[in-house]
Amino acid sequence: MKIDFQLNGKPVQAEIQADTMLLELVRSLGAFSVKRGCETSNCGLCTVMVEGKPVLSCSVLAARVQGKEVTTLEGLQEEAEEAGRYLAQEGGEQCGYCSPGFLMMVLAMERELDHPGEEEIKEYLAGNLCRCSGYMSQLRAVTKYLNRKGAD
Amino acid sequence: MQGEKRWQGPVKGNEQEKDYNGRMADLHGGKLVGAGVIKKDAMALVTGKPVYTDDLAPASCLVVKVLRSPHAHALIREIDISRARQVRGIECILTWKDVPGKRFTLAGQTYPEPSPYDRLILDQRVRFVGDAAAIVAGETEEAVDQAMKLIKIDYQVLEPVLDPRKAKDNPILVHPEDNWKSLVPVGADNRRNLCASGCEGHGDVEEVLRGCAHVIDETYHVKANQQAMMETFRAYSYLDTYGRLNVVASTQVPFHARRILANALDIPKSKVRIIKPRIGGGFGAKQTVVAEIYPAAVTWMTGKPAKMVYSRYESQIASSPRHEMEVRVRLGADREGMIQAIDVYTLSNTGAYGEHGPTTVGLSGHKSIPLYRTKAFRFSYDVVYTNRMSAGAYRGYGATQGIFAVESAVNELADRLSMDPVKLREKNMVRQGDVMDAYYGERANSCALDRCMARAAEMIGWKDKFPCRDMGNGKVRGVGVAMAMQGSSISNVDVGSVSIKVNDDGFYVMTVGCTDMGTGCDTILAQMAADCLDCSYEDIVVYGTDTDLSPYDSGSYASSTTYLTGMAVVKTCQVLREKIVKKAAEYLECSEDLVEFDGKKARCLENGREITLKEIGNRSMCANEDSLSACESHSSPVSPPPFMAGMAEVEVDLETGQTELVDYVAVVDCGTVINPHLARVQTEGGLAQGIGMALYEDVTYTDSGRMMENSFMQYKLPSRLDVGKIRVEFEPSYEPTGPFGAKSIGEIVINTPSPAIASAVYHASGARIRELPITAEKICRRIHPEVFGELRK
Repeated sequence: MKIDFQLNGKPVQAEIQADTMLLELVRSLGAFSVKRGCETSNCGLCTVMVEGKPVLSCSVLAARVQGKEVTTLEGLQEEAEEAGRYLAQEGGEQCGYCSPGFLMMVLAMERELDHPGEEEIKEYLAGNLCRCSGYMSQLRAVTKYLNRKGAD
Repeated sequence: MQGEKRWQGPVKGNEQEKDYNGRMADLHGGKLVGAGVIKKDAMALVTGKPVYTDDLAPASCLVVKVLRSPHAHALIREIDISRARQVRGIECILTWKDVPGKRFTLAGQTYPEPSPYDRLILDQRVRFVGDAAAIVAGETEEAVDQAMKLIKIDYQVLEPVLDPRKAKDNPILVHPEDNWKSLVPVGADNRRNLCASGCEGHGDVEEVLRGCAHVIDETYHVKANQQAMMETFRAYSYLDTYGRLNVVASTQVPFHARRILANALDIPKSKVRIIKPRIGGGFGAKQTVVAEIYPAAVTWMTGKPAKMVYSRYESQIASSPRHEMEVRVRLGADREGMIQAIDVYTLSNTGAYGEHGPTTVGLSGHKSIPLYRTKAFRFSYDVVYTNRMSAGAYRGYGATQGIFAVESAVNELADRLSMDPVKLREKNMVRQGDVMDAYYGERANSCALDRCMARAAEMIGWKDKFPCRDMGNGKVRGVGVAMAMQGSSISNVDVGSVSIKVNDDGFYVMTVGCTDMGTGCDTILAQMAADCLDCSYEDIVVYGTDTDLSPYDSGSYASSTTYLTGMAVVKTCQVLREKIVKKAAEYLECSEDLVEFDGKKARCLENGREITLKEIGNRSMCANEDSLSACESHSSPVSPPPFMAGMAEVEVDLETGQTELVDYVAVVDCGTVINPHLARVQTEGGLAQGIGMALYEDVTYTDSGRMMENSFMQYKLPSRLDVGKIRVEFEPSYEPTGPFGAKSIGEIVINTPSPAIASAVYHASGARIRELPITAEKICRRIHPEVFGELRK
């Protein structure tokens, strides 16, 4: 079947199968920042935004984004650089494989929560696994990123 | 869906990173070593650039999958692939009849490998649930999935050997074949299900133990934990212009992978090239060539590009996890708590194949016993084959298992003596200058373990918290401690090399053979090179790793890269500087010994003339016969141990056994810290993995030998809600044989959580858990045996 949707602000038409998952679709369209870490929706690596809300693209049928706006990190490069720089300054990206999904969630959190505390941050990001960092550097980076305006 | 690849252009804002790195260097008096600069590849990674194996694979690659055995032990009587072959889009189906019959090992180790040659790409005998039975390649995943369902295999199901305790000298043999071979005398015997065995010691252990006032004699059990790096095993392959097999792989060991693929396919090594792009984590998993042989075999046989991406399910059931070990410790001490003797026996389960079996076991004794000054020690071991998933290398590599056992035994001794375990360790721990009998007789030339222990105790508030505090709500908080050591490279074996060349305008390209897998070695090696060449961090371009282009390096494992390849950087820079000075002397018409090179320009002290490096670089590209490049290798006769102390505070619910990690502090002596940010994150990350191993990550099997924790749904990786607070500091020593005084950091950091947490749980609840993971159920069974006794009735 054919679907029409917006990918990172551009109209896209794609031929899909009924069982095509959004993850495979966006990767086939060049959005390689979207990774797969598991096939049981446990890791958060495949996080993208649909209509501005974070979803696990491994568990969303591609057909469901018909007519919708899908955003991956490729469409948020400036924000990714800004938030990502805080992560890099802590050395917290390590292998980097979970970074795009993690940063998608951080950007979504920034839009959704107002001045979240440490526990709220951990709760919001709990679905994003990382095997390299032990999470402490991510927390330091997110805290500094969210406080950046006050610090400037 | 049309495959489309787009490189989104260079990362903008390079200037900002440059400014930040400059500020970091300024904080260290203009030096890069010791500065927390941003990783070379950081901005590409955080902005999601397509730099990993599967991002780079051509869309035309055949999809490769492996049909896996449902039986723990069976012989393939017949495989019928006739119907599967008819599926549209299927390119090839390989069975055991189609592959070379020469055995090899998948272990990424220096030749001759201690791991036995016990594998074929596909074998008529399958040896664990998940073992490969057929390889299917086709144009689409749908076609391959359909074909896999249509392959009919007639198995002669055999009784498996599942219990490692019963494997040795069992009449059922995992490897009865005649062409099994062991290249190195490691005490292996396939007729006894032995992958390795041995015994060593110093002094008369039995005699010393007889004279001890206290002897702890207990057995500790560590499971076959999964590395669970976020990027699963994967590789793609193609034939190049010259008909050579090129394999782009997520690997820690490109040069070993080249040899292994040549062995597996029985083709000359000159026909194979391995390229490593960015890797999404390894932790030792990718020191075994788990996935590469499948696409490589397909490409070699069909001539077509092919790709294999392991699912998480496959990564959990058919990969290269930690060796399950059962370690018996006999620890003797006098009345004052002076440890007299340690006797360690390790039973290691290598599973169906012997990758890293003979070597991991060694560390269970060599990296645990030398933590203490003893009169005598003995270390003996058996490594057995079973019909379970084969094991491999996982961060810590046997030291983790041995340290859980020995450190737990020391904690039990302290409890028996009613002595503070920190005090007990202060009395007995290895000190700088000691000769370590159980560590190849090496001298601890750099050891700040005493300072690590003192600082860790201060950080956690040990004096106030030991042994426990009742929180008044049915919950008790306890604290526990452990120490650890590891090595820095494999002495007299590992080789690190780099090559550096001067280019036009005077920038350097450094080509490395080690493999950055997220650890940041490209970065820290560039930091060292920049200091050696007196240039900025940005003047060093790092390229790795490609077996056709990179100088030989054994690879990134055994905590070797900072220490060994770092030393190769120092040596290479020395030679290159000499060449630059020589060339400058020629251009300045000056005698070499009167030329001064400060990294930016060369000056003749005699005639006062100057020439910049930029000019040297540019001029050297015209009418020049002296290559401005250098390549040096380094190997070390010693493997200086990093040391650390870790302390845990846990809160146990005495009703349910539910345990929460509250606080974990660790203080590490890795010699000179090259990049404090990266070293800290290595430590925090290793501790989190150790915490997962201690509390959450279980591995269990059904009676028929099927592994139960085959997804992230069952195999519980710690999330950010499960690791409490992790706090890390460094107590540097100076290692005279390391680059800038550095030792290693990568592996040691996983070793302390299990014993420290086990002891903290005991102090809080009185439940002594000697098998990992330490679950609420195990604790509860200890605290309330009567309840479980009733339930069973």
